Amino acid sequence: MSLTLKNVSLIVDGQTHIYDTTVELVPAGFNILLGTTLSGKTTLMRLMAGLVQPSSGRILFNGDDVTGVAVQKRNVSMVYQQFINYPNMSVFDNIASPLRLSGLARAEIRKRVETVADLLRLGPFLKRKPSALSGGQQQRCAMARALVKDSDLVLLDEPLANLDYKLREELRDELPRLFAARERTVVYATTEPSEALLLGGYTAALHEGRITQFGPTGDVYRHPVDKQTASVFSDPPINLIPVTKTGERLQTSHGANWRVYGAFRDLGDGEYELGVRPHHVQPHDGAGDGAVIEGRVQVAEISGSESMVHFDLEGRPWVSLAHGVRAFGVGETARFKIDVDHSMLFSPQGETVATMRA
Amino acid sequence: MSAKTTNQKAWLLVAPVVVLVAFNAVIPLMTVVNYSVQETFGDNLFFFEGMKWFEEVLSSERFHDSLLRQLQFTFIILAIEVPLGVAIALAMPRRGFWASVCLVLMAMPLLIPWNVVGAMWNIFALPDIGLLGKTLNAMGFDYNFTRQPFSAWATLIAMDVWHWTSLVVLLSYAGLSSIPDAYYQAARIDGASAWAVFRYIQLPKLKHVLTIAVLLRFMDSFNIYTEPFVLTGGGPGNSTTLLSLDLVKIALGQFDLGPAAAMSLIYFLIILLFSWIFYTVMTRGEDR
Repeated sequence: MSLTLKNVSLIVDGQTHIYDTTVELVPAGFNILLGTTLSGKTTLMRLMAGLVQPSSGRILFNGDDVTGVAVQKRNVSMVYQQFINYPNMSVFDNIASPLRLSGLARAEIRKRVETVADLLRLGPFLKRKPSALSGGQQQRCAMARALVKDSDLVLLDEPLANLDYKLREELRDELPRLFAARERTVVYATTEPSEALLLGGYTAALHEGRITQFGPTGDVYRHPVDKQTASVFSDPPINLIPVTKTGERLQTSHGANWRVYGAFRDLGDGEYELGVRPHHVQPHDGAGDGAVIEGRVQVAEISGSESMVHFDLEGRPWVSLAHGVRAFGVGETARFKIDVDHSMLFSPQGETVATMRA
Repeated sequence: MSAKTTNQKAWLLVAPVVVLVAFNAVIPLMTVVNYSVQETFGDNLFFFEGMKWFEEVLSSERFHDSLLRQLQFTFIILAIEVPLGVAIALAMPRRGFWASVCLVLMAMPLLIPWNVVGAMWNIFALPDIGLLGKTLNAMGFDYNFTRQPFSAWATLIAMDVWHWTSLVVLLSYAGLSSIPDAYYQAARIDGASAWAVFRYIQLPKLKHVLTIAVLLRFMDSFNIYTEPFVLTGGGPGNSTTLLSLDLVKIALGQFDLGPAAAMSLIYFLIILLFSWIFYTVMTRGEDR
């Protein structure tokens, strides 16, 4: 099924929640809405579902205008961040509830519920109440309710956010497989760039109520159209520093400079802003060759196989996600090397003017 | 060894509470137990009587009558206040200015002391000068709570409903407010009716607060004393002599300490028993 938003906007009490948005989701594909909290992911989903009516614009399902159509007539299902199940119904009744409302035969309901329950490995728990299930099982039960309905559009609103790490990984692996087999459009909201990359599909980056970019996930990640998209698609936040390009060299205001090549060399001379994701900034012990910078270490956190080093670069907060466990003294000056092949340049207006990796 | 030391310290810490509970609950209760098995004369003369007073109270028609009245009263007000309270809570706005206004209005009756409520309604319902009483009579209803048992009962129930429905409302409102919006959205996506939303989302989520509401209202109404006392002193005749009124009449009016003590204990056990039954029934099938 294809879903198109045409010039959709939402204004509540004089405040704009969603700015004029036009987007055509990929039919039968996995569409990811990536944005920080309050960027409008949930609002956009509620608009798609029909739980909220847009202030202007139209919403098309397969080309039909459904803007004013009530939510229960749109054949959508939705899974929430909280585990939403009917508390006093058994798992079986929970999964069966959307089918019962559509008036299906008893035997058919049983067959469908059991198929979906097996798919989601809920088979042994059908007689239990949701509260007697683990968090992951409760969320699987909610997903089963969404799956059993055979709806054209499935909206998953941060479904894994409230699960612990292990369950999240497990369910994340299952998700694309569960939904891929069917001819339905899936929309998946998340705040985590890594989750978007793992799930693949298509990503719409959201920033303060605007879709800044929509395209295949890898493309959006590698070639963000602007600084905002690049920030949304980086966790920890992308490192930024103003640079001046003169001839074949890039220079920071404090004098660190290096030679550029490829897409960067072809740009005209002038002021730019350099963007590098934290894992493309690594501690550097060797000589000052290439894009080497010096910063004052503020915090160094060690998490297993990685060290997160926060340092001050010419007054800007920078982060390096260093491989391995590194010891840094707070306050000491350390050298880092920027992986120029993975950096990008933004114009003073915030548009991307060059990315290094093609 | 160390475990023993820890235990001793723990006793020290709970000691103040033990002393407090002993003075305000255990010792008075034991005094009542003491009275309940003895015949009391002036000059502090006591004679052991065993179970005599219990047998007397349990077989007395007077006790049966007031217990029956008490049960009637309690079940009538529960049957009115609980559904009415839930209905009002459902109808109240969830947020905004009017939500606050409603909450303040609802909280108001709860702030008024029992005897003031009694006095207020007494004057309000007087057939000759009270606003309610006079209006009712002017409309052709023969209403006089000092003479007709039915009028007295109606006034008493109206008074209690007016005073305490708010408690159920506030508890239910809090319960309803704790239901995440996502539940209602999910129900809308499923195409569930308003009744289904109430039956399968709101009611199950209200179960715990309703258990508390019913228990509180049951215990409170079973102990009701001030309102009927202020209204008619248990009259007309004995028609509104509920258990606690009867108890006070025996204990202080007639100074029959033995039967009064026995009755107190029976009264206490009845409340305990009913509360336990309510609690068990309402939390039955609870998810483990």
